[in-house]
Amino acid sequence: MSVETIAGRDIQLNEEGFLTDPSQWNEEVAVELAHREGIDALSDRHWEVIRFMRSEYETKGSGPSVRMLGKTSGVSIKELYQLFPKGPAKLAAKIAGIPKPRGCI
Amino acid sequence: MGVGGIVHRIVILGAGTGGTLAANRLRRVFGFDEASITCIDQNDRHVYQPGLLFVPFGLTHPEDIVRPRGRQLHRGIEYVMSAIESVDLQAQTVHLANGGDVAYDVLVVATGAVLAPEETEGLTGAGWMERVFTFYTPEGAAALEAALATFDGGRVVVNVVEMPIKCPVAPLEFCFLADWYFRERGIRDKVTLTYVTPLDAAFTKPIASKHLGGMLEERGIDLVTEFNTGEVDGAGGRLISYDEREIAFDLAVVIAAHNGAAYVARSAGLGDALGFVATNEHTLQSLVASNVFVLGDAASLPISKAGSVTHFEGEVLVENVKRFLNGQSLDASYDGHSNCFIETGFSKAMLIDFNYEVEPQTGHYPGPVGLPLLKESRLNHLGKLMFQWLYWHSLLPGRDIPGVTSAMPTAGKPRSTIEKKEEVPS
Repeated sequence: MSVETIAGRDIQLNEEGFLTDPSQWNEEVAVELAHREGIDALSDRHWEVIRFMRSEYETKGSGPSVRMLGKTSGVSIKELYQLFPKGPAKLAAKIAGIPKPRGCI
Repeated sequence: MGVGGIVHRIVILGAGTGGTLAANRLRRVFGFDEASITCIDQNDRHVYQPGLLFVPFGLTHPEDIVRPRGRQLHRGIEYVMSAIESVDLQAQTVHLANGGDVAYDVLVVATGAVLAPEETEGLTGAGWMERVFTFYTPEGAAALEAALATFDGGRVVVNVVEMPIKCPVAPLEFCFLADWYFRERGIRDKVTLTYVTPLDAAFTKPIASKHLGGMLEERGIDLVTEFNTGEVDGAGGRLISYDEREIAFDLAVVIAAHNGAAYVARSAGLGDALGFVATNEHTLQSLVASNVFVLGDAASLPISKAGSVTHFEGEVLVENVKRFLNGQSLDASYDGHSNCFIETGFSKAMLIDFNYEVEPQTGHYPGPVGLPLLKESRLNHLGKLMFQWLYWHSLLPGRDIPGVTSAMPTAGKPRSTIEKKEEVPS
């Protein structure tokens, strides 16, 4: 675990770079986290997914898997991979400031 | 219970591992004048699913791992053979595909998970069951046995499309056994084996992942991580990921995405988008209705979909059905205990044991003198073979297995690793 200054705030991150306290997140933090992951600008579609991730986390206690996102977020799996390359569920969770989606054990 | 002549109606959906052991345990808890117990399933074939792994290598046969469902249920349990159309949570009624209705006071959902190969583009298209196989069904495992028997060299890929899957270590075990199988046949040098996973390592839990990754490497099995299969091109022999990477194969073993049973999606308010039922991880009461409990793979819990989990959950579930019907508060003691034997080939196996908080680690199970953990041994292989007998004769009848408890034991494990909680559940 480490504390880093992100968008002018002290933010706690775990060893994989996920926020350990989702309440430390705000939109400026998301923008900077996205930069670090190689996403230069967050489009409306990015924000749609990020907000969906946060609301799912708040109601269910865990971010959704990719397939679940594809079925419920209104963004197709193909587009999710364009928005958040490599691992959309993981990357979108990281930028949304919530823990890595569980469910995969 | 039974006060005023009321007989509680307990209805169990599914007569597999969870449904059968719950029914048999509940039958012992309640007198015939206290509760009626009805178990519903769509066919009379109870598959010992851990045995499926061995079928492709000719080490067992489908007929040896299938028994009638009804015969595993004790006297006083009604067995209804019908597919389920839907559940009406408000009316507390199960609608059957054969037209009948079954009313319940308590419902136990134990219908497991089903494969959804149709959700991956091309997976059930050209080459399905010819060069693209699954070993997760008796039919698929038997077809794969025939294909392996005539396979004399080429590229074999083992691909997990998406987690969660039933028995998450089974695809790794398949790789280990395939390595053994091709060596026994003297053609290992003509075969490349590649394990392709959406995870960022061989397994989800760090310590076990390191061990298992090392075991792949020792055996010359290639590991491709973070590969999210978007399409399977059976005719062209290619796996294609969503980010457009390709892996060529001559024979592919693909573990398709899983859903809950189809009726769950047809039942308003019962399941999530994938057909799994939201469940309290410690009491096993569903979050959708207080008189609905969930056992095993059917639940959307952050835990392995595995028989051992179902077995360990069973004790808590039965206790809570009893408490619920008595109007008492529920027992929140299920700790996520899970364990499994990992067959590693050459008559050896490894054992892992873990729960919600503690990841798989070294040591011994269930105590200091016991089966070695995270270590290959002949003893574990014998344990795995013996387990099939225990499954039919102890686990399903709902008898306690000596030394095997619902809560995860810590006696045989190094203290430092037990106290260290994983910070991010994977």
